[in-house]
Amino acid sequence: MSDRYLTLVNSPIGSAVASRVGLPRPSVLRRYEPGAPLLPGPAVLGSTAKSAGRAGTALKKLLTGAGVEVLDALPADGSVAALVLDARSVAAPGDLRGLREFLAPGVRQLGASGRVVVLGSPADGKDVTVDATRQALDGIVRSLAKELRRGATANLLWVEDDASLEWALRFLLSGRSAYVDGQPLLLGPGVAPTPGDWERPLAGKTALVTGAARGIGAAIAEVLARDGASVIAADLVPAGEALAKVANRIGGSTLHIDVAAPEAPERLLDHLAAHTDGLDILIHNAGITRDKLLANMKSEQWDSVIAVNLESQLRINDALLASEQLNEQSRVVCLSSTTGFAGNRGQTNYGATKAGVIGLVRSSAAAFAAHGNSTINAVAPGFIDTEMTAKMPLATREVARRLSSLQQAGLPVDVAEAVAWLSSPGAGGVNGQVLRVCGQNIVGA
Amino acid sequence: MDIRRAAIVGGNRIPFARSNGPYAHASNQDMLTAALDGLVARFGLQDERLGEVAAGAVLKHSRDFNLTRECVLGSRLAPNTPAYDVQQACGTGLETVILTANKIALGQIESAVAGGVDTTSDAPIAVNEDLRAVLLQANRAKSLQGRLKALAGLRPGQLVPSIPQNSEPRTGLSMGEHQAITTYEWGIGREEQDELASASHRNLAAAYERGFLDDLVTPFLGLTRDANLRADSTPEKLAKLSPVFGKSFGEQATMTAGNSTPLSDGASTVLLASDAWAADHNLPVLAHFVDAETGAVDYVHGDRKAEGLLMAPVYAVPRLLARNKLTLQDFDYYEIHEAFASTVLTTLKAWEDPQFCRDRLGLDEPLGAIDRSKLNVNGSSLAAGHPFAATGGRIVAGLAKQLHERGSGRGLISICAAGGQGVVAIIEK
Repeated sequence: MSDRYLTLVNSPIGSAVASRVGLPRPSVLRRYEPGAPLLPGPAVLGSTAKSAGRAGTALKKLLTGAGVEVLDALPADGSVAALVLDARSVAAPGDLRGLREFLAPGVRQLGASGRVVVLGSPADGKDVTVDATRQALDGIVRSLAKELRRGATANLLWVEDDASLEWALRFLLSGRSAYVDGQPLLLGPGVAPTPGDWERPLAGKTALVTGAARGIGAAIAEVLARDGASVIAADLVPAGEALAKVANRIGGSTLHIDVAAPEAPERLLDHLAAHTDGLDILIHNAGITRDKLLANMKSEQWDSVIAVNLESQLRINDALLASEQLNEQSRVVCLSSTTGFAGNRGQTNYGATKAGVIGLVRSSAAAFAAHGNSTINAVAPGFIDTEMTAKMPLATREVARRLSSLQQAGLPVDVAEAVAWLSSPGAGGVNGQVLRVCGQNIVGA
Repeated sequence: MDIRRAAIVGGNRIPFARSNGPYAHASNQDMLTAALDGLVARFGLQDERLGEVAAGAVLKHSRDFNLTRECVLGSRLAPNTPAYDVQQACGTGLETVILTANKIALGQIESAVAGGVDTTSDAPIAVNEDLRAVLLQANRAKSLQGRLKALAGLRPGQLVPSIPQNSEPRTGLSMGEHQAITTYEWGIGREEQDELASASHRNLAAAYERGFLDDLVTPFLGLTRDANLRADSTPEKLAKLSPVFGKSFGEQATMTAGNSTPLSDGASTVLLASDAWAADHNLPVLAHFVDAETGAVDYVHGDRKAEGLLMAPVYAVPRLLARNKLTLQDFDYYEIHEAFASTVLTTLKAWEDPQFCRDRLGLDEPLGAIDRSKLNVNGSSLAAGHPFAATGGRIVAGLAKQLHERGSGRGLISICAAGGQGVVAIIEK
């Protein structure tokens, strides 16, 4: 489903008209291409501390190691591709001045699809002034994200532990995070090995993606395979023809399974035991909608959505954790939705499951950590262009597309990139988190 | 030389459709490629160079002279996988399994796909024989005058095309009419035929319900289950149908559209390998191929009762049993292809007949009866349909999986074929 409006406003005439009459002007986003540099230009590294110190040196080394040209100050002219600000030192409201001083001139020189990444320390309940000041970063970043234009994004990393800092920075600076905007993310302790090959961080890993025959699931399967994983693409039997095409395109295998069937966990374990050396990555993507106003909702519409979108994930996770089939340092990513935060008219059943999934990842993070430093996280897509949204009425779809800071819908690949990032060894410090891939949608943001 | 048993790793087929149904516009190449690509997807064989792919079709266009190789080139297998076509009427599918299993057994190859495909919808229609003769004569002429002279032989009647017939060239009788004679000679009743047909539908429907076919079938062109399957089929409903074959027997005509297989379209594939290859690829083995036998009867000049067109398996099985030192009762499953319900019933009756077994099979004792609860346990051709060359692959993959589920055991496969032929085999877990 092409976004004709986006194409139009990026043409010379369309752009002139849109700017004069004040129409939204979405940009074509920078997306990841294997082999492309992390950033198309230099990054300016700043700090709220008086001297950047050891942390600053480490950050600089990390960015330089990723092939980024790092500047200590804004250049006199010309654009920069990213602004990285270490704000971990803020301790009193007055310290926030440092953010304005660094970012205000910086955003004026930020190029198209530019990146603002702020590093903060999470509130720890020890000192109210410190905690209040730290939390203020969230408001700054979310507001700035809404001000940025031309496909630029701003995101906040709460660095409790820097095990996953390198991989998180690479994700947020690169085109992989094209549609992640205005989001805070907690980096905790964990085992997060550096990949042997940054282009193929999932090499040697076995991944299973449910609902992989089309849309977001197919994109996830494709991105995981691109990143080196051996992918089992799973879906219902009737989706088998499309599923085979996905598997054959990415060099994976297929599994016909109804995740909501009572015997599904057992069948899954049998398949893993027979065909793999254990599972490293599980993506709970299978999901259905049966939209109806609650007043008109029939029990089968209610039950089927709960069974597929939520119960299946709970049962399969339980079975995997109790089995020999889940490897250490495994990664589980569950698909939630911004509906899980904000709700949606006609989707009480769907909203229940998508909020339920958030509860699921938060509650089972400890159990997965105990399973050889595994992690479980959720990705909550916002408005994504898929076959499903292509069926929406034109006006509704057009409005929905513009209701985000990036003023456009995301693509399935944007969700897939976030899933692949959370699935990688380097994201081992991210556990029990929910990452929204919504272009900072005003719904539930 | 060490001889090893070939492993049956799995299979994939597309749902079988009734003639001129959902696959009306699919060619043999489309269907076999789809079945092959589904197999490749199921087992992650993209870009894999297999030892060989052997398959075939009974009804084949002349342009499909290299059908299987073309399908391989159009699939996700490595293009340097060799392939060849086999044709032994309805025995084609099983014959490809035998050929490739034998090569694996001898160590000539490590892996193979066997299969078959047929369409009765996209059937080859040839030009009229007289027209062909005229055109060839014109082609042979050396001068314009000679060509014009040859073309002067063109007649309007030559526009009538030559359509393939489902009949035996030497007798002019259709397969159904041949079987009607056999049915009559062996006194196979209408009720038992309808009961067998009904059981086939019931068993296949149950197999679908319990997910047995989930990893044996990949949907194609929107069809997700065999189109011929009637889950609600009962002997009572089948009893209402009028006979379509053997009408010359009047009141004793018993063969209806319900207890005969319909013309169908479809394709099937089976993945075979050495145990080592399967282990290298992390693929569990479902069962092993043990032995096979083919046979033929003189249905043209032979005895009407003893050498019916579809009775060759009756002769082939005792030879196979003797070689393997087995009795007919030493099996956990029997897969007897349901060309017609009466074919299965004739086969079983002949093996129970002391006189026939003595005079015709040279046995002191009849082979005896089988436990009917072990027969075609997941349905067979009456329910699934019978795209001629695709039936063997359907049966082999299904039986191998059934044995794998059971954990151990032995299965007998019996498939009758046009031309008075039969192909039978044993597989084991």
